[in-house]
Amino acid sequence: MAYRIIESCVNCWGCEPLCPSNAIQAARPHFVIDGGACTECDGDYADPQCASICPVEGAILDGLGVPVNPPGSLTGIPPEHLVQTMAEIRAR
Amino acid sequence: MALVALDRPLPTPAATPGASGGCSAGGCGSSADKLAQLPEHIRAKVHNHPCFSEEAHHHYARMHVAVAPACNIQCHYCNRKYDCSNESRPGVVSELLTPEQAVKKTLAVAAEIPQMTVLGIAGPGDPLANPERTLATFRALSKNAPDIKLCVSTNGLALPELVGEICEHNIDHVTITINCVDPEIGAKIYPWIFWNNRRIMGMKGARILIEQQQKGLQMLCDRGVLVKVNSVLIPGVNDQHLKEVSRVVKAKGAFLHNVMPLIAEPEHGSFYGLMGQRGPSDEELQALQDECAGDMAMMRHCRQCRADAVGMLGEDRGAEFTLDKVAAMDIDYEAAMKRRAEVRAVIEASRAAQQQGRSQTFIPITSLKRKKPQPAPAASPAARFAVATTGGGVIDQHFGQAREFLVYEATAAGNDLDVRFLAARKVDLYCSGGDTCGDAEDRLAKTIRTLEGCTGVLCSRIGFEPWERLEAAGLVPNGEHAMEPIEDAVAAVYRELLAEGRLDAPAKAVALSA
Repeated sequence: MAYRIIESCVNCWGCEPLCPSNAIQAARPHFVIDGGACTECDGDYADPQCASICPVEGAILDGLGVPVNPPGSLTGIPPEHLVQTMAEIRAR
Repeated sequence: MALVALDRPLPTPAATPGASGGCSAGGCGSSADKLAQLPEHIRAKVHNHPCFSEEAHHHYARMHVAVAPACNIQCHYCNRKYDCSNESRPGVVSELLTPEQAVKKTLAVAAEIPQMTVLGIAGPGDPLANPERTLATFRALSKNAPDIKLCVSTNGLALPELVGEICEHNIDHVTITINCVDPEIGAKIYPWIFWNNRRIMGMKGARILIEQQQKGLQMLCDRGVLVKVNSVLIPGVNDQHLKEVSRVVKAKGAFLHNVMPLIAEPEHGSFYGLMGQRGPSDEELQALQDECAGDMAMMRHCRQCRADAVGMLGEDRGAEFTLDKVAAMDIDYEAAMKRRAEVRAVIEASRAAQQQGRSQTFIPITSLKRKKPQPAPAASPAARFAVATTGGGVIDQHFGQAREFLVYEATAAGNDLDVRFLAARKVDLYCSGGDTCGDAEDRLAKTIRTLEGCTGVLCSRIGFEPWERLEAAGLVPNGEHAMEPIEDAVAAVYRELLAEGRLDAPAKAVALSA
């Protein structure tokens, strides 16, 4: 199984130096993961490194095509609480 | 894009060094006065630094090179997706550079703008989350342009492990952004950090970040490196807490605290922007800066520039130095360094001359404050004036061309008149996209809104229509002090209005001041 970077990647270089398999390359329009080289960090780290530093929700998919960082997971706002949280913040 | 270029005040690099007036202030406001009380070795380090010395920012230029794209934390005011060339705020860049490109660009800018004294690396990510790129740039520059000061700005997470190397490359200025010293507050600002190969969310992450920031600050101060602390003022989140932050960082040895307003608009795409978190008003910002001040120097002239800004503070000439333009330039580095030395000598001579001629005129506000019991009845009301200037410390800009105004406050107590610098206010608030961005409010209305709280406006010239609209908005326009030193002119206008009884005076003061 291998991870994949999709078009919402912002080319921030965060992931590239972290990959234990050197599977990530800078490319245009966005960085790419060499599917043959990616090990999902199995045996190297508890957490997949690229997905642990990526600042963009949804930019990295796992082997099943599911976003490793789904909407809301990085901002810390559960999507179902979005409206309530927005109201709280606006009242500041 | 053409709009942007036309919109900018025309920079006049050749005319700037000492050709005329210049800022004749003993200090443009309280922080300069406080800088004057610093030990000699620190003063020497900040004397020519436009970001650290309010007075120097009238004369010297800086640039940032965007070599550091990666970041190791997420801040709620930042969105890494954004890059618009009309935007002027931290974290935004147009062109990412390799260290080699950054060195070339720096040398090109330093040759074209001899007032340039400082090269900073500020992002667009975190410079210390990209240590190889950041340090390679510094290494090459300390070798090829030894007369240019180097500085770096960081969130602090990776700072302790890199302090040694930073000092090795002779970087004597570091800025750490510290928004809190309490993890509970931190969790509302930083949703996560990347630490020891894991993403750590919430309060746990914020606690680690705060510990690292404080540790790094201490280590730098112990080694004698100058540290400025930046804090973003986020109403309802850390506003009151920043007083505590100021106290803590000052105790550790930070020499300057820069409280900046949150910039958050939905179109920036940041968490705060999207969620409707408001930024502070100018009044709130100034009040907090005053409360944090204490004995530590506060910075009030920050323009929150882009991570690839070039030129004087408040100005961005980055478009003149894109990669292809730099590649086409033919530069004699030796001659450029010689020219910089000459230009600096002229600036210094004029600064020294102005400072001497000035010292009797104004009493620094700090000394007024310390003298406390002041005979209250003799005090006249404070009044604020907005000034249009392109730099050099004189009033030299047409009202309609001003993209920002410097706000000064004048107060009188007995025979003493004090003029102090309060803030720089941008007209187009971080976006210069003009009509193309679909903003219906006309430019003049926007400008007038920027001047809220001011009594008058001083500029070199002003058109008939804006004059009338300013008066209608209750402001006093004044174009009689063109090319005069700012503080002298502000003092003159203040005296005039006071004499005419046009300042809103508390009844008590009016009764006794005649």
